[in-house]
Amino acid sequence: MALLEVSELSIQFGGVKAVQAVSFSIDAGMIYAVIGPNGAGKTTLFNLITGVYAPTAGSIRLDGQPVHGLTPDRLAQRGVARTFQNLQVCMNMLAIENVMVGAHLRLDRSLFKAALRWPALRRADAALRDEAAELMRFVGLAQYLTARADSMPYGALKRLEIARALAMRPRLLFLDEPAAGLNPKETQEVDALVRRIADAGVTVVLVEHDMKMVMNLSERILVLDYGKKLAEGNRDEIRRNPDVIAAYLGAHA
Amino acid sequence: MLAQFLQFLFSGVTVGATYALAALGFTLIYNASHVINFAQGEFIMLGGMLAVFFTQAGLPLPVALLLAVLLPALVGVLVEKLAIEPVKGAPTVSLIIITIGASLVIRGLTQVWLGKGTHSLPAFSGDAPLALLGATLLPQSLWVLGVTALVVAALWGFFNHTLLGKAMLATSFNSLAAQLVGVHTGRVLFLSFAMSGALGALGGVLVTPITLTSYDVGIMLGLKGFVAAVVGGLGNGLGAVLGGLLVGVLEALGAGYVSSAYKDAIPFALILLMLFFMPQGLLGARNTERV
Amino acid sequence: MTTSRYLPLGALAAGLLVLPWLLPNSFYLDLAIRMAINAIIVLGLNLLIGFAGQISLGHAGFLGLGAYASAVLPTHFGWPPLAAMLAGMALTGVLAALVARPIFRLKGHYLAMATLGLGIILNIVVRNEAQWTGGPDGMPVLPFEVAGLTLSRDWHWWWLVSALLLLSVWMAQNLMDSPFGRALRALHGSEVASRGVGVDVAGYKVAIFVLSAMFASLMGSITAHYVGFVTPNVADFFHSIELVTMVVIGGMASVYGSLLGAVLLTALPQLLATFEGWETVVFGAILMLCMIFLPKGLAPTLAARFGKGGQ
Ligand SMILES: Nc1ncnc2c1ncn2[C@@H]1O[C@H](COP(=O)(O)OP(=O)(O)OP(=O)(O)O)[C@@H](O)[C@H]1O
Ligand SMILES: [Mg+2]
Repeated sequence: MALLEVSELSIQFGGVKAVQAVSFSIDAGMIYAVIGPNGAGKTTLFNLITGVYAPTAGSIRLDGQPVHGLTPDRLAQRGVARTFQNLQVCMNMLAIENVMVGAHLRLDRSLFKAALRWPALRRADAALRDEAAELMRFVGLAQYLTARADSMPYGALKRLEIARALAMRPRLLFLDEPAAGLNPKETQEVDALVRRIADAGVTVVLVEHDMKMVMNLSERILVLDYGKKLAEGNRDEIRRNPDVIAAYLGAHA
Repeated sequence: MLAQFLQFLFSGVTVGATYALAALGFTLIYNASHVINFAQGEFIMLGGMLAVFFTQAGLPLPVALLLAVLLPALVGVLVEKLAIEPVKGAPTVSLIIITIGASLVIRGLTQVWLGKGTHSLPAFSGDAPLALLGATLLPQSLWVLGVTALVVAALWGFFNHTLLGKAMLATSFNSLAAQLVGVHTGRVLFLSFAMSGALGALGGVLVTPITLTSYDVGIMLGLKGFVAAVVGGLGNGLGAVLGGLLVGVLEALGAGYVSSAYKDAIPFALILLMLFFMPQGLLGARNTERV
Repeated sequence: MTTSRYLPLGALAAGLLVLPWLLPNSFYLDLAIRMAINAIIVLGLNLLIGFAGQISLGHAGFLGLGAYASAVLPTHFGWPPLAAMLAGMALTGVLAALVARPIFRLKGHYLAMATLGLGIILNIVVRNEAQWTGGPDGMPVLPFEVAGLTLSRDWHWWWLVSALLLLSVWMAQNLMDSPFGRALRALHGSEVASRGVGVDVAGYKVAIFVLSAMFASLMGSITAHYVGFVTPNVADFFHSIELVTMVVIGGMASVYGSLLGAVLLTALPQLLATFEGWETVVFGAILMLCMIFLPKGLAPTLAARFGKGGQ
């Protein structure tokens, strides 16, 4: 059974049909890319699947269980993690605390134990701090272990979001344009990072405009255009698809 | 029965018109800057107090009234220039505190200058009440309602049919986009404060012959104007007017039929109920937050 | 926030310990006690405003609820003061929770409006129910007495309040450096991101609002017993604003900033008394100037200026 099954998914904002009857499925363990021109509905699709928006029609199944209409925090409980195209870093916190928040659901969140500095809670928190530091090194943020989030450059913040998502120990990770605004060297590093994340067993869904990265990483690709599914297939099928060339690659050439 | 109901209704609509003007003031500033101006009530107070001062100083009534509306507009501009502009982008709490600071300064200066006494203003066209279906209506109430209606109509025309008005509307929808197409958003902000000051003051000038005034009437009036703006759907001009009238009428009916001691609590009970059951207000837009 | 935070805490403890011997007379001890009480209230409010990023413009209402529970229940119904205090907290907690659930779906200005409305209604109730509350004139409060011991002397109160203050600082710091506190700060930073990692955003907002309200109620009770008299002014809009101002001027999300803000603004009226008639103007001007020139508040600005510390 596919890990994620999306069928006939649609949402409308006023008159804008941002996503229209899109269906696809993603098997566990793969890197899956969603591409399409600006405004095609990629981010909206992510928002639908991660519970930020409720669909106007259609269904989403995770492991065969219907999950559409669940709130993001409930989806997080089921192992769905994501990063954001427009950075959503908590600028009022340290970088490492941002990562630690990712582990929220695994922690003892008791108010009273926290206020009384309960020893077991302190120990768990100290262990978490080490784990978060480890994750920061994993995504290449070793130099920011003691930094405040609001003092970090854009490229580093993009990775900080990835580290935070990984702290959830997700099964399914949505990355919305992880390489946007990065220079070629940084892009290459993110490319390698996504590969390592997938190798660690996380299913990755990637939205990216960098075609080299998409073609290099993804096993399957979904192409959206004006909210509709234009094509789906492996890299070669997509590369050869005349509709895709016309609508998307053409527009970019 | 009917006569009594009408009586409450008349007085409710009259105060409601003042709340409506205050709510319009809130709305203008909110749309231009997303600031809730807690000094709005002080404009109402200033309008009334200045009208009293200028008439007592011997100026002819029309001149006194005009000055009493124009000076608060100037005060509004000063508040904007000195206190709001320097802190662009500050968090909501800080902006709230700044406008509260401004309201204290305005109230304090008025108290130092004009004292703590309660003042009255002669009605514009006599005190002889008009009889209507068994209830009585003060001629001043007609002034309040008539002028408010005129102002609302003028504002409607301004926002729908003049370039400047449209620019102000555009800024409220998307300030950055408005800037990009050449709207001078700084001027919009400036104008919004001036208009809010004048609107508040106008309400104060009109209603003072009925309700009396003193240096400290601004807080309650302002807060009720804020309630009216939220009831109407924050940011919606027509909503602000309806909200003002609704708040005024419910307050008068509540004071008449339920308990006059709890009159001031009625708008706030209304707003709590409203926020529970209709959080977007009467006419406010429902919108999805973008991520 | 590791072991180094015990240094300022120790310094605070030492300061609180020696202060009574440095003060020339009981007038200053009284002022110091009121500062400490305000510091505790402001700390609780800062958890809500500074850390969690939620506004309350009606906190004085909760303070008033506690104060009047401690005034009315023992006087009219013979309740023991401790029971009255706890009842006040419970009532406040229930009320805050009832209001919070629907309201915390809303944001920014709506929240400000709702809390403001609640505060004003509470104030009006207290003013009107004169047969219970003494109306606008207020009513006397019986002394605080528990297990046969009565708190009567000012220095009793000083030790009590000092201990409470130290405890509050310690607990506030613990809280903010815990999974619970991080979730709160995270939802302030980004609600979408917090939801995305599993934080029940509405639940946390309600929790901190209720906690902060109950805390205010407790301190309202303590103030009432200390002063021995309570008037509706504890619950009025202006007092709510004063408390918020202490938070913001001291420094949002800064524990020691809360103390600083409380100390300064409690002292301010004493200083302003020399400006006969101009108090309101000067107070308003100070609020504006602070926000314009020290937008982050005193403690964080000072901390940035003189190196580390602050939190
Ligand atoms: N909350 C919303 N309210 C109204 N319209 C929206 C909302 N979110 C998205 N849209 C609209 O839906 C369409 C798809 O937007 P979306 O952000 O999903 O595109 P995208 O494929 O991610 O584009 P990009 O490559 O630029 O990120 C756009 O027309 C956008 O304006
Ligand atoms: Mg996008």
